[in-house]
Amino acid sequence: MFRNQYDNDISTWSPQGRLHQIEYALEAVKQGSAAVGIRSNTHVVILALKRSSGELAAHQQKLFRIDNHMGIAIAGLVSDARVLSNFMRTECMKSKMLYDRPLPGSRLVSMIGDKAQINTQNYGRRPYGVGLLVGSYDEETGPHLYECLPNANCLEYVAVSIGAKSQSAKTYLEKFAKEFPEADEDALIMHGLHALRETLQQEKELNLNNAAIGIVGKDKDWELIEGDRLKAYLDRLEAGGGASTTAAGDAPAEGASTEDNAMETD
Amino acid sequence: MSSIGTGYDVSVSTYSPDGRVFQVEYAGKAVENSGTAIGLRVKDGVVLAVEKLIQSKLLVPGSNRRIQSVDRHIGIATAGLLADGRHIVKRAREESQGWRDIYKQPIDGPNIASRVGDYIAAYTLYSSVRPFGVSTIIGAMDKTGPKLYMIEPSGLYWGYHGIAIGKGRQVAKTEIEKLNLAEMTCREAVKHAARIIYEVHDDAKDKEFELELSWVCEESGGFHQMVPKDLVEEAEQLAKAVDDDDMDDD
Amino acid sequence: MDHFPTNWGNPRNEDGESYNTYPMASNKVPQGVQQIAGYGHASGHPTTHTQSPVVTGTSVLGLKFKDGVLMAADNLASYGSLARFRDVERLHKVSDFTVIGASGDISDFQYVKHLLDAQMIKEYNADDGHSLATPHVFEYLWRIMYNRRSKMNPLWNTFVLGGVHKGENFLGAIDLKGTPYQSPSIATGFGSHLATPMLRKALDNAGGSENLTREEAEKLLVECMKVCWLRDARSSFKYQIAAITSQGVSISEPHDLRPLTYWEHGRDVRGYGA
Repeated sequence: MFRNQYDNDISTWSPQGRLHQIEYALEAVKQGSAAVGIRSNTHVVILALKRSSGELAAHQQKLFRIDNHMGIAIAGLVSDARVLSNFMRTECMKSKMLYDRPLPGSRLVSMIGDKAQINTQNYGRRPYGVGLLVGSYDEETGPHLYECLPNANCLEYVAVSIGAKSQSAKTYLEKFAKEFPEADEDALIMHGLHALRETLQQEKELNLNNAAIGIVGKDKDWELIEGDRLKAYLDRLEAGGGASTTAAGDAPAEGASTEDNAMETD
Repeated sequence: MSSIGTGYDVSVSTYSPDGRVFQVEYAGKAVENSGTAIGLRVKDGVVLAVEKLIQSKLLVPGSNRRIQSVDRHIGIATAGLLADGRHIVKRAREESQGWRDIYKQPIDGPNIASRVGDYIAAYTLYSSVRPFGVSTIIGAMDKTGPKLYMIEPSGLYWGYHGIAIGKGRQVAKTEIEKLNLAEMTCREAVKHAARIIYEVHDDAKDKEFELELSWVCEESGGFHQMVPKDLVEEAEQLAKAVDDDDMDDD
Repeated sequence: MDHFPTNWGNPRNEDGESYNTYPMASNKVPQGVQQIAGYGHASGHPTTHTQSPVVTGTSVLGLKFKDGVLMAADNLASYGSLARFRDVERLHKVSDFTVIGASGDISDFQYVKHLLDAQMIKEYNADDGHSLATPHVFEYLWRIMYNRRSKMNPLWNTFVLGGVHKGENFLGAIDLKGTPYQSPSIATGFGSHLATPMLRKALDNAGGSENLTREEAEKLLVECMKVCWLRDARSSFKYQIAAITSQGVSISEPHDLRPLTYWEHGRDVRGYGA
């Protein structure tokens, strides 16, 4: 039934010093559609690709507001993400209540890490099956972008992506990473859309329904970019409007379809 | 490996016929694959250094630290699973504050080492948990001077003059043994620590790394803090120069 | 055996663990003991709370000036009307830019100092460029005081918090009922009657704290401390002054008010047993 005798519960080490159950949980993140995050010196933008289960179904929510200064994108098990975002919102409110201070992103992310670690060490539990991109703007230290994974690692990035075909987005991000620090809001969003487009399946395009953009930054509370504003950006993308002075690489679209999962992934 | 497939190695609460607990040994494997961490106890303080391997170019330089403060006077460096390391640091902070709550004074070296050591050992006793995949170096300054400890995944710990854990521990230990730690100041130890980390780093296998350096000493006022920037830069330049010389010799 | 290490508990926490000894206030009832209605504690005794302070400090003064905040308090801790401890520091440095001053119960003050220190250690450990500044400490202190009064078990103090944050001077006070109050001048205890009028008058004459130099402010505070010493029977001539500016915190060595006062009248007093 199992691949080997060391991969069926979370509290067993393999002879190589690996924890297979954690590695499998990381796969759950790849089942979800992609999310991309980029940070400049003043802003963080987070984008995600929304799926829908059919013509008659709505697209699911991928971006969540945590507080005025913080928002997240998710990839993986939605129910786990709801648990975590609820936790994050509660912690942010606690910080305001207790100290009259917005909770610094780094500290919230550490708390998530501590919480997620517990699930990787005790028999009968399972790691969270969701990856998070956390964007926060902190008054004293500026914009930050974090990635939180089921292995309880929460690392800070200048740009990152998670989810299905996120490697293609990462290739784009690495290529243009030098331009991000000085990029303005518009340029940052266009870079994000370019990166997100890399994660699309063949024949698919970004549109008003399947693209989600959230932004937070200096003098700017977390907000979603929707409707006409989103359309304007998508039009620019379609018109080949690059975010960068250097031409953006074309999408190496591969038809890697995702399998259905017992628990809903998004 | 003779242990594999015998069935004696899947639970931490099972001994093998020759009296070993394989699960604890396997946890140790996670440490052996991690970037090197070293600790040096010298006459006026303790220096901690970590070879932080950089997995992605997109990571923010200087973030995601592997050396952390547990109290004003205590620092911890870990090697192994990052998240397990954070767990141990969190527990150590609780122990340290718990001690302050009761005794209204800072916890000293032997006590923090024993508290953290006991905690890690508890995770080797029950099949309901897995042992920690980290080795922990604790550096502290207390009333009687600098203290340095290293705790293994089994919970076993000793006090040390110098210690190395992780990938490059063998080479690092050999280098540390050459040092006259008892006569050395922290300022000098910082340079040696940086040099050793550069020396053990494997350019061929691991691409990038960041050097993390912290100290707790008289110069830092008995506080555990990251080594001042100018001193790190100086130490890194020296380390790179020495490392390049070694290359030429090969 | 409980096989979940997360349930194994944390290091003993003095404030609110079930295995603490009586009569620490606790609304938890030990296992297997039936709570008796109307009697707070399972031992059968009623739960009791602090009804009055024991060892107390008197007034704390605070005054904003152009470049920061000054605070003053004497060094006396009284046991009732007895001048019991005469070298107690009632001004305490919380962080690089925050000072707390306490009037009221001295042991409650010591407890609060410990709470604040625990918070500052947390900040130190985080080492992430964020700091718990004076307004944040004020909010925290407010929560502590309000929570305790809501449990009908107040910390018997009025605290004064002074500091500088983002170029702004901060001066505030919180009392045992959890009432926060901010003003350019603050005086607690008997000082609220004796010093407040003097401080407010001086601020009015100057046209606001931003027109007050440090020298003027310090002179004014010393004058207030002198009046407090002369008229407040629970005060002492030995006092300290704390200054918080953008340069940081400095708390003075104890000064003596006696050279500033005149007692030669006593020679000529007749009657009253003299």
